[in-house]
Amino acid sequence: MRRPKVDNPEFQGRLSRRALLLGGAQLGFMGLLGLRMRQLQVEQSDQYRLLAEENRINIRLLPPARGEIFDRNGVSLARNQPSYRINIVREDAGDVDAVIAKLSELIELDEEDLNRAMAEMKRSAPFLPVTVADHVTWDQVSRVAVNAPALPGVTPDVGLSRQYPLDGDFAHVVGYVGPVSDYDLSKIENPDPLLRIPRFQIGKVGVEAKHEAELRGSAGTKRVEVNAVGRVMRELDRQEGQQGEDLQLTIDQKLQSYVQARLGEESAAAVVMDCRNGDLLAVNSAPTFDPNHFVTGISVANYQALTENNHRPLAAKSVQGTYPPGSTFKMITALAALEEGLVSSEDTVWCPGYLEVSDRKFHCWKRAGHGHVDLNQALRESCDVYFYELALELGIDRISAMATRLGLGLRHDLPLSGMASGLNPTRDWKARVRGQNWVPGDTVNASIGQGFVLASPLQLAVMTSRLASGLALEPHLIKSVNGVEPPRAEVPSLGLNENNLRHIRRGMFAVSNHRRGTGYGSRVIEDAYRLAGKTGTSQVRNITAAERAAGVTKNEDLPWERRDHALFVNFAPIEDPKIAVAVVVEHGGGGSTAAAPIARDITLQALFDGDPPIAAYPAKDRRKIEEQQDRLRALMPDRDGNRGDART
Amino acid sequence: MSYLEYSVKSVPSGPRKVLFLNWPLILLLSAIAGVGFMMLYSVAGGSFSPWAEPQIKRFALGLGLMLIVAMIPIWFWRSVSGGAYLGTILLLVLVEVMGSVGMGAQRWIDLGFMRLQPSELMKITLVMALAAYYDWLPPAKISRPLWVALPVLAILLPTALVLRQPDLGTSLLLIIGGAMVMFMAGVHWGYFATVSAMGVGLVTAVFQSRGTGWQLLKDYQYRRIDTFLDPASDPLGAGYHITQSKIALGSGGWTGRGFMQGTQSRLNFLPEKHTDFIFTTLAEEFGFLGGISLLGLYALIIVFCITAALVNRDRFSSLLILGIAATFFLFFAVNMSMVMGLAPVVGVPLPLVSYGGSAMLVLLVAFGLVQSAHVHRPR
Repeated sequence: MRRPKVDNPEFQGRLSRRALLLGGAQLGFMGLLGLRMRQLQVEQSDQYRLLAEENRINIRLLPPARGEIFDRNGVSLARNQPSYRINIVREDAGDVDAVIAKLSELIELDEEDLNRAMAEMKRSAPFLPVTVADHVTWDQVSRVAVNAPALPGVTPDVGLSRQYPLDGDFAHVVGYVGPVSDYDLSKIENPDPLLRIPRFQIGKVGVEAKHEAELRGSAGTKRVEVNAVGRVMRELDRQEGQQGEDLQLTIDQKLQSYVQARLGEESAAAVVMDCRNGDLLAVNSAPTFDPNHFVTGISVANYQALTENNHRPLAAKSVQGTYPPGSTFKMITALAALEEGLVSSEDTVWCPGYLEVSDRKFHCWKRAGHGHVDLNQALRESCDVYFYELALELGIDRISAMATRLGLGLRHDLPLSGMASGLNPTRDWKARVRGQNWVPGDTVNASIGQGFVLASPLQLAVMTSRLASGLALEPHLIKSVNGVEPPRAEVPSLGLNENNLRHIRRGMFAVSNHRRGTGYGSRVIEDAYRLAGKTGTSQVRNITAAERAAGVTKNEDLPWERRDHALFVNFAPIEDPKIAVAVVVEHGGGGSTAAAPIARDITLQALFDGDPPIAAYPAKDRRKIEEQQDRLRALMPDRDGNRGDART
Repeated sequence: MSYLEYSVKSVPSGPRKVLFLNWPLILLLSAIAGVGFMMLYSVAGGSFSPWAEPQIKRFALGLGLMLIVAMIPIWFWRSVSGGAYLGTILLLVLVEVMGSVGMGAQRWIDLGFMRLQPSELMKITLVMALAAYYDWLPPAKISRPLWVALPVLAILLPTALVLRQPDLGTSLLLIIGGAMVMFMAGVHWGYFATVSAMGVGLVTAVFQSRGTGWQLLKDYQYRRIDTFLDPASDPLGAGYHITQSKIALGSGGWTGRGFMQGTQSRLNFLPEKHTDFIFTTLAEEFGFLGGISLLGLYALIIVFCITAALVNRDRFSSLLILGIAATFFLFFAVNMSMVMGLAPVVGVPLPLVSYGGSAMLVLLVAFGLVQSAHVHRPR
């Protein structure tokens, strides 16, 4: 070992110079680092701070509670109720397969759901819950909760789901909600981010769909801090969403449920309208279906049963179905003639049982003929020839114009799906669509609501209410939104001669109250509640000459789908009419036998706000009506949707 | 230069040596280690375990070792330099052999209380060997090609061994550190200029060759370079480290988010937050002021070392001090460049701050040598 000694100055000098040089370079580099630090931390700080926030803050949507739907008296028609589901968190579960095996001993697990859940679990982060069973009952939830220690990672979760307490009674009005589909998303431009929440429900048909904007509400947001792998560390803040707005319909639940029960399993439709303001009190279509099945996801078998049923339960026939109005159209022909001054109420027409128009015989329903008929008798006994004669004088243009005035052939503005506009044929229409010229025979057919004319039950109810009131009534379905009633303009008059209208109303009154009226069989004998109606029987097929010769025209002998449609429209009471009713029974046979009794029961139910006194019915009907009232009472739900045990 | 006694004319002996230690240097090292403890406490979410506590213990051990090394005369250390260098080379070969005979890709030797990485030790023993070499070599021969080739081989041998591990960061540090010692020993400018020119040429060739028939690197290696040059091109892959690191730094701003308030590190967005990327946590939580302060501490250490080297008129001592200072500088300069996106991601820890036993102990022993050289300098 050599003790240090002072080195030679030449070496030391060079070393000092180079050490200073290198030291200087090092310090210079450090200065560079400092500048870089300044650039990142001072000059570009805002930008990086933003990126850091984006990194750590995740915005979660809080789905708003959907607005509820009530009837005019506040009865709940659509509400939200807690819906339970079972989630599994993979990282807590450990052996997922074993846990699911144990879980399936406790509650029934759907194979399909399970496969989907397993696939989702493989994809998502291990700490995210995956739903293995949706819409489970409270009973199942408690069973899982009790066994929680044996089921690591399994947690019940609660959300809100739509529920329709009155099952099928409002299926065609309120409609239903369902999970957002890709198809739904594709239709919307710039969709609400809410729609991307898994299992978020939106209105699919009916009021639920048409008032989606009000019912949905707006999403709340929750800002959460997440770490690098997306695990939520804590909630930073939360902004509550805006709950959806409640809707109140003009429908009277009690009446609607009654009508539904009364129509039963017939393929039929009925509309009850307040003919003072246009409020729809009942809009029914039968048979119906349970919209609750659609909320949770209907099974393929159930759905097939609905679509393959020839009574078409899914169709809202009262607004979507169009039918030849048959004799219920006769008021229009008559009113047009009166308004044009072509006839007076006293003028008579000779009915030999047919009318020959351009070498073709148009028959009256009564082959023997009615003899001399005036307006009142023509309506009362539904003499076809009387209207044929008027029609030939009027021409289709004036008939069609009157039909339009009374609300036929136009799509009324209601928040319901698939509203039909019906058909109010004109020369133009025939030339355009059929490419044919209008011929007098077409006018003759149209005058009795056959041929090309088509109308929905809703349009017939509007027509009847306009005849009853003389006002240009429009149907209304929404009474209030979030408790606020939208202002309604005063209903203008139709501008028809009141005298002429009175003649029509008297004719309708005679239909239901004159001994020879076609609706006499379904009369009311309480003076203040007597009906003014009109029967209609519309053919759905052409009667061939061969058939006519063979005489096979009895409805009962025909297969169901070829039978005539039965129609009845009426208003009541005759003084200060309150309600208008339209009933269509598809392939029901005659209007007087199949539709009129239903319309009478509905009218009385509406006027009495419940079961009418039995004394209102003619004595011969009372026993039958009492039995029917008992039967229907058992079918009707109470305010909470609970029904007697009679319903299957 | 003694900070306590100016009148001493000869090398102190016995316990009095303690008075002649370079105390400012010790304080600076402790201050930096203190910053490290604080950051390790913070990145553990406000806990001494699992990082801060072992780090403190190791620092205490390292400080003790430093003092022991400092008390032993520098001429002893000079005499063992060659042996230390050869011994470390042997250790490097040993881990290489152990790795290949089935103990896994292991870079360390388990000493029981710590795992010694021979590559860490190599950085110091290489500097010692080079300093001893130039202390022995007559100044007239320094720039002769043969006498230049010898130290170059001494540098390249361990570099090749470390590169095989593979540890690109450390091999880079060995080459540059060794070159710096040679430069300060007085090797002629021309050698460095030639090597630098060749380096530039090689880099150019590497880039020029891309996509041609004589491509010099594999495709994935080019992609790594791309990622370094533009981290945003692969934000979730290889660029993730750099991107997240820059976000952490940048979001710190002037004064930072506050102690233990750094979201990037606390929420695990930062990779290797307790080791190579610990500086980003400091910069995020204490901002520009915090970062520049730490940089200042490092700069002071360099300044004090150069001063100590300049006042020391012993050739071995001066070169040793400057070599250790240069190695120390390379450590933090490469690390900081890396986290600031100025250099590719190579595994180089931030000296005295990053969690890790070998590096800290080796560094403190190295500063023990600096102290020994300082205490035993000729008066």
